[in-house]
Parts: sequence; structure tokens; C-alpha cells
Amino acid sequence: MALFSVFIVVPMLGAGALSLFRWNGLGTPHWAGAQNWIQFARDPLARQALTVTAKVVVLSWVLQTPISMALGLFTAGRQRYRSVYAALYVLPLLLSTAGIALMWEALLDPNFGGLTALSRSLHLGFLRQNWLGDPSITLYVVIGLIAWQFIPFHTLLYQTGRRHIPDVLYEAARLDGASPAQMFWRVTLPQLRYTIVTSSTLIIVGSLTYFDIVYIMTNGGPGYTTRVLSLDMYQVAFQQNEYGYASVLAVVLGVVGVGIALGLVRFSGFASMSSQQEGAA
Amino acid sequence: MSQTVARSVRTPSPTRSAPAPAPRRRRVSAGRVVTFVLATVWLVIVIAPIYYMVLASFRSQGTYLTSNPWLPQGGLTVSEYGTVFGAGLGRYLVNSVILTAVCIVLTLSICLGAAYRIVRRSTRASALSFSILLLGLAIPIQAIIVPLYLLVYKAHLYDTLFALMLAMSAAAIPVSVLVMVNFVRDIPRELIGAMLVDGGSEWTVFRRLIVPLSKPVLATLAIYNGLNVWNNFILPLVLTQSNSVAVLPLGLTKLEGQYAINVPAVMAAVLLSVLPLVVVFIVMRRQVMRSLGSVVMR
Repeated sequence: MALFSVFIVVPMLGAGALSLFRWNGLGTPHWAGAQNWIQFARDPLARQALTVTAKVVVLSWVLQTPISMALGLFTAGRQRYRSVYAALYVLPLLLSTAGIALMWEALLDPNFGGLTALSRSLHLGFLRQNWLGDPSITLYVVIGLIAWQFIPFHTLLYQTGRRHIPDVLYEAARLDGASPAQMFWRVTLPQLRYTIVTSSTLIIVGSLTYFDIVYIMTNGGPGYTTRVLSLDMYQVAFQQNEYGYASVLAVVLGVVGVGIALGLVRFSGFASMSSQQEGAA
Repeated sequence: MSQTVARSVRTPSPTRSAPAPAPRRRRVSAGRVVTFVLATVWLVIVIAPIYYMVLASFRSQGTYLTSNPWLPQGGLTVSEYGTVFGAGLGRYLVNSVILTAVCIVLTLSICLGAAYRIVRRSTRASALSFSILLLGLAIPIQAIIVPLYLLVYKAHLYDTLFALMLAMSAAAIPVSVLVMVNFVRDIPRELIGAMLVDGGSEWTVFRRLIVPLSKPVLATLAIYNGLNVWNNFILPLVLTQSNSVAVLPLGLTKLEGQYAINVPAVMAAVLLSVLPLVVVFIVMRRQVMRSLGSVVMR
């Protein structure tokens, strides 16, 4: 408990307090009042970072949710080949983000990369792009890679969720003459609502604070097209040494993250489920 | 996207026939074919990059550039594996193993003790600390990284493995305690009561009853937290700088800086860094998959 307080709670409060100071890490912090916050409101770079981050969040959710759900339902099935597929689908989870980033850098290299080699031997011109250097596509490449990394995890969530749906419900639906489509909309989807909330919350908060792949692969570039909020904060803090202003960005990240998480949980009545468990115990 | 919807509509169908003893000899429906094809497309998307990496790691720098990197032709070699070990990968590997082991032990012992206390002694203090912990669940680590760095710096722990151990364990505690509390709460009070009546102390109850019963949950949490610690990037990036305390994810990017144009060496390093996890995964695949799915579902 003490460990947790010192390393999580103190920094939490610290971020709020620091955002009111101007401090370069050396010397004494100067009281700055709302100055950092005013700077934030006027900072075009921060606005750019907010826009990029919003894009990452929305597109990640739109991309990852349907694919994960489809794969989760698929892997929950009982044919033998599906469990083999399921085991292979998990592989990206074992790679660290750093590993994934380096692997894809090798694949996406416009001169010697794997995709370029493929485009040469298969004569598929579209595979030869400046994936990480073309401002119009790099952000989407990054979002795609984030999806590649995290879909396996959300697939597992949906698989677990689907397996917890009692078979009786499908039996009953079948006796009532429901088509597979009706079963999906009337049984599977409503039964998966907690899974959907959990997975969506994780996707949204995760992509809101996403850092690793962007830092390693593009470092925000080309230009500022992939400079997400957490990277912006990192650079303001650890390269420009403006800890006060970086804390403003951190507070924004934290508040939006917690706000979205709590909002989703409230909205979906997820809290009532935990109290059910309490009552049962 | 319409394709994926079509697939998810189809997937409930095998469940319908699941209770029947011989579902294999059904005629092949169009839906099943579509499902199979789409699932295979995704399989290729997942496997192809990994296959590429494995193959590339067994090339020399020269043959990687001259022959088609997708085909196992033109001579394979393990020489780049030697290169990266010479460049300090062994050190990073050892650091990662130490860090992960310590974090798992630290997190599990703290969360088991805390959970037992929160469940058994429902005082206002323990209830309060539990709600603070729950708040910690929602705080992203990126939001506290700046003050955390300053804190570690002021405590003269900057650039030490010890700082990483403390910070990463602290970050793992909220989820772990939550899962643990839910589990300990479900242990019947009668069992605890009976042991107390038989003259056992709270400590005996904890050691003889709670710890053995919790083993499966502890294994789950060990896997989940271990994976997170092993792969965490931002904490080592911010809290350390020397090669001597670099853990694998950070070490990989350092190696890339050294060997930017030697792709086979970088790929070999990445593969070596996942090797321990692959071993764990092969040995306990079911446990791993179940634990990843279940931790957040609780």
C-alpha cells in the first residue's frame, strides 16, 4: 500500500501541482499560476497533438472492435482447426512493443523492406510506399500496427465472453426458429455487452495514451503528423525540460482517460455488476 | 467491414450443433467457407511478419540485401545471433529476467496480503485504501510519468533497476489487488471460522488456507503481470539510461541504433528477446490464454 501510494498517488497529485509551476528541472520551481494552462490553450502543437490523438482513438476503436469480436466468436467455436488458429493468433501478444516496432520497420523499409521485396516479386505496385515517411499515410500505418498488436488481446476477451454465454440461450433461440443472424443480434450481442464495454474502454484509454510504437518508429513525424499527446508530453518534459508545461499535458491525459473510463462504466451500468458480486459473496 | 460482420453472423452456427455427437460430417456450407477464408487471411496477416523476421534473422547482412527475403534461399546462418550477444544482449536479458522475477514476487505478496486484510478487516481505513487503489486502475502511467521521474530522481534511484522494480510493481498492484480481493471474498467464511475455532491464528489461516487456495489466481496474475513487466517500454525509457541497467525492450532500440543497417542482427535480437516468453507459452499455453482473458474480465 505504501509502495503504491508513493509511486502512483504522489505522482498523481504531483502532476496537478507541477502544472502550476514553471520549472526546468534545475533550480527552484517558479510559481506560474495559470500560465501553463494559458500556454496550453494557445499552443498550436498541442492542438495538433489532440487532433492526432483523437483520430488514433476513434479509428483504433472502429478498426479493432469488429475484427476482435469476429475473431473472438470464431475462436470460441469448437472445431479442431479453430483452436489451432486461436493459438497462432496470440503470437503478437508475446512480442514486446519494441520488438513489434523493429520488426515492422524492417518490413516497411521503402528500399530493402519486406513489402518492397514482395511488390517486386508479385508485381504489386501498391505495396511499395514510403510507409513511414509519407505524411498522408503514416498515421494510418501506425493505427494499423497498433491494431495488429492489440487485436489478439481483444480477441481473447471476446472469446472468453462468448464462452460464458450459456448454450441454453442458443438452444432456446433455435427452438424458436431464429436464424443465425437473429441469434447474433438477439443473443450474442446483448450477452456480450460487458465484454464490449471492457474491451472498448481498454481500446479507447489505451490508444489515448499510446506512446511506444510512435516513439520508436516515427518519433512524431513526418512533420507533426503522428505526434500524439503522450509523445508531445514526453518531448516537452524530457527534451525541452519544461516539467511544468508537460504536467499540464499529463493532467489533460489523465483527466480525459479517467473521465472516459468512468463515463463508459457508468453509462453501461457496469458498476451494478460489481455490486452483484459483492452481494453474492 | 461488411465482410467481418458477415463472419460474426455465421460463427454462432457451430455452437448449435455442438451438443450433437457427430458434427463433422455436415455438408460444407458457403458460410463456413467464407469463415475459413477470412480467418485464414487474418492468420496470414499475423504470421507473415513473424515468418519474415525469423527468416531474416538467419541471414547475413549481405544475403539479406541481395536475395529475396521471403524465401529461404541463398544461404542461412546463425552468425548475427552471435553479433547481438557480443553487443550486450545477454546483459539486457539478465536485467529483464531479474526485473520480471522481482516484480512478480513483490506484486503477488503485496496483493495477497492486502486482499486478505481488506476482506477480513473491513475498517474504514482499508475501505478507503481500496477505493484509492481502484482509482489507480484508471490512471494511465503516461499521465504520471513526469512526477514519477522527478520523484525517482530526487530519491537518487535514477538509472537503477531498483527504481524500475518499485515503479512497475506499484503499477501492477491495482489490478492484482482487485482480482485478489474478488477471489478471497469468495472463500467461505465458515472455513476460516472453523480454522480459528480449532485454535489457528490469523496467520495460520492465511498461510494454510488462503495461500494454497489462491494458487491458480496467483499463477494467472504472475503471467499477466510478468508479461506486462517484460514488455514495458516507457518506464525503462524514462527512468534509466545506462546500458548496464537497460532491460530488453529498451536494449532492443539501443541495438537498433548500433546496427541500423544490419537488419538480420536486429531481427535476431528481437527473436532472442521473445524466446523466454515463447518457452513459457509452449509449456503453459492454456493457462496463459485463460489468464490474459480473465484478468480484465473480472
